Amino acid sequence: MDLIWDGVTEALDLIFSGNSYVYEVTFTSLLVSGSATLIALALGLSIASFLAFRAPPGRTLALSAFNAGMALPPVAVGLLVSIMLWRTGPLGQLHLLYSREAIVIAQAVIATPVIAALSTAALQGLNPNLRLQVLALGASPWQAALLLFREARLSLLAAAMAGFGAAISEVGATIMVGGNIKGSTRTLTSAIVLEVQQGDFETAIALSFILLAVILVIVALFTVLQQRRIPD
Amino acid sequence: MIPSLVHLQDILVWRARHSVLDVPSLDVLPNEVLAVIGPNGAGKSTLLRVISLLERPSRGNVHFAGQPVSGSLLRHRRRMALVFQEPLLLDTTVEGNVCTGLSLRGVRGDEQRRRADEWLARFGIAGLRRRSARSLSGGEAQRTSLARAMVLEPELLLLDEPFASLDAPTRESLIDDLDTVLTANRVATVFVTHDRAEALRLGDRIAVLMSGKLRQLGSPADVFSSPVDGEVAAFVGVETIVPGRIRDAASGLAAVEVDGKIIETASELAPGSDVLVCLRPEDVVLSEAGSATPSSARNHLRATVKRVRPAGPYVRVELDAGFTIVAHVTKQSVEDLGIEPGTDTLATFKATAVHLIPHRRA
Repeated sequence: MDLIWDGVTEALDLIFSGNSYVYEVTFTSLLVSGSATLIALALGLSIASFLAFRAPPGRTLALSAFNAGMALPPVAVGLLVSIMLWRTGPLGQLHLLYSREAIVIAQAVIATPVIAALSTAALQGLNPNLRLQVLALGASPWQAALLLFREARLSLLAAAMAGFGAAISEVGATIMVGGNIKGSTRTLTSAIVLEVQQGDFETAIALSFILLAVILVIVALFTVLQQRRIPD
Repeated sequence: MIPSLVHLQDILVWRARHSVLDVPSLDVLPNEVLAVIGPNGAGKSTLLRVISLLERPSRGNVHFAGQPVSGSLLRHRRRMALVFQEPLLLDTTVEGNVCTGLSLRGVRGDEQRRRADEWLARFGIAGLRRRSARSLSGGEAQRTSLARAMVLEPELLLLDEPFASLDAPTRESLIDDLDTVLTANRVATVFVTHDRAEALRLGDRIAVLMSGKLRQLGSPADVFSSPVDGEVAAFVGVETIVPGRIRDAASGLAAVEVDGKIIETASELAPGSDVLVCLRPEDVVLSEAGSATPSSARNHLRATVKRVRPAGPYVRVELDAGFTIVAHVTKQSVEDLGIEPGTDTLATFKATAVHLIPHRRA
């Protein structure tokens, strides 16, 4: 218990003392996971719209793949992205390995199936005639998609939260493709792993509390947005 | 000849190797209400989706205002408005819903509010403007849906069974209000329903769709009094449909033999023609078996009551006159005449009430 209590007090101390290391890894975490979530949202919502509204042949197969993708092992994703970004890999000439961009790519690969699968289910849950009604009201395909996203916002925001959660809590792929370089690719999760390896459990616990606090604040913001209702 | 607002040409819709709609030609005229009736699965909603450009037919063309529809469908869609059976409101306020189509067209906010105010008032829901659409009753929601369509000032209004899921009093009041709006605005309307009474009330012309095919198109009087075949006759409420043969014909009056009984009717068909004899139940008058009240009706058949059962405001009486005749009479008449199964009665109907359909015997 003492260890946890010490971790909490150190977390408060790190936050309020203006420790630049903590602010830097927190900023890196938010930057890469936020970017990865935005990319995953764009890809996931596009895939979900296509699968839900166009009902292409092989939809069930594709959905099965995305559902399975929700359980994608991050280490395997890290390995795959690393191979792609190696100097001799297909994307080697981009020189992205051990950069923040590499972490964004890996986290986006992890979050996209989560958002795609949950968003497809959300859009399929809408009344099928609602899309026809929106088009009949004179919506262009883009306008129709935005209106339908608004109608499914409860479930779509839940999908976004799940995607963000998968991205920011990820560590295996982050270390593999980012290299855990201080001042560049070190995130909250990779910093926690490092502190544990170095035996500095108090700092590790402190960083864990900061990570939890960041997740709580962001998810709370999403939830407020999600639960905003028009009074009856 | 009035140029049509919408012309369907050689429309065929295939689904899963089956034809669900096959309409060689259909016109919607400016200012008219075309009621499309037919049983469930007849293809009515598919027809509406084709007209509203929400479904591409497998074959054929839709012409709007004299021009074949091609290129941007959005441009044409924005000249129409569609109301479904379910209100399908968006999760916003009543006013937000009514303004949705205007907002999609880029209409300015103050103009949106002005037009929304007008149509909220005309459908009697001005007091609900700030309410969440989720909290509305079925009738209020459908009024919102109709206001959302009419606020667009469409050239063509498409209604897909808009009253089907409403309770009777709500339905009556909404039909009244819509009738008033359509009469005042004279917007060309295609009104799909399976309810004959609604079609009669609102339709200037009636199209009967069955198994994806347009079986009859005409004025309400034509369709309801002179159906083109037995199936249409049954759908439009003709309850006595029996095969017969014309025995004699002279001066526009024909004597038709039905199971040994002779029925007189106005017809130009030649003797020997096989026909289906159609008689609407409300055209049959029942009286006591021995009575001989003078009347201009040419057909008086002695019959025995087979079955009596309530049918809404009327009582449906099934009679055996050598063949089955169905009559709708009031509850008071049933009591006054002592009508019950087994009693004898006299069924009377005019020659003009009988409609003959040429019919080839199997």
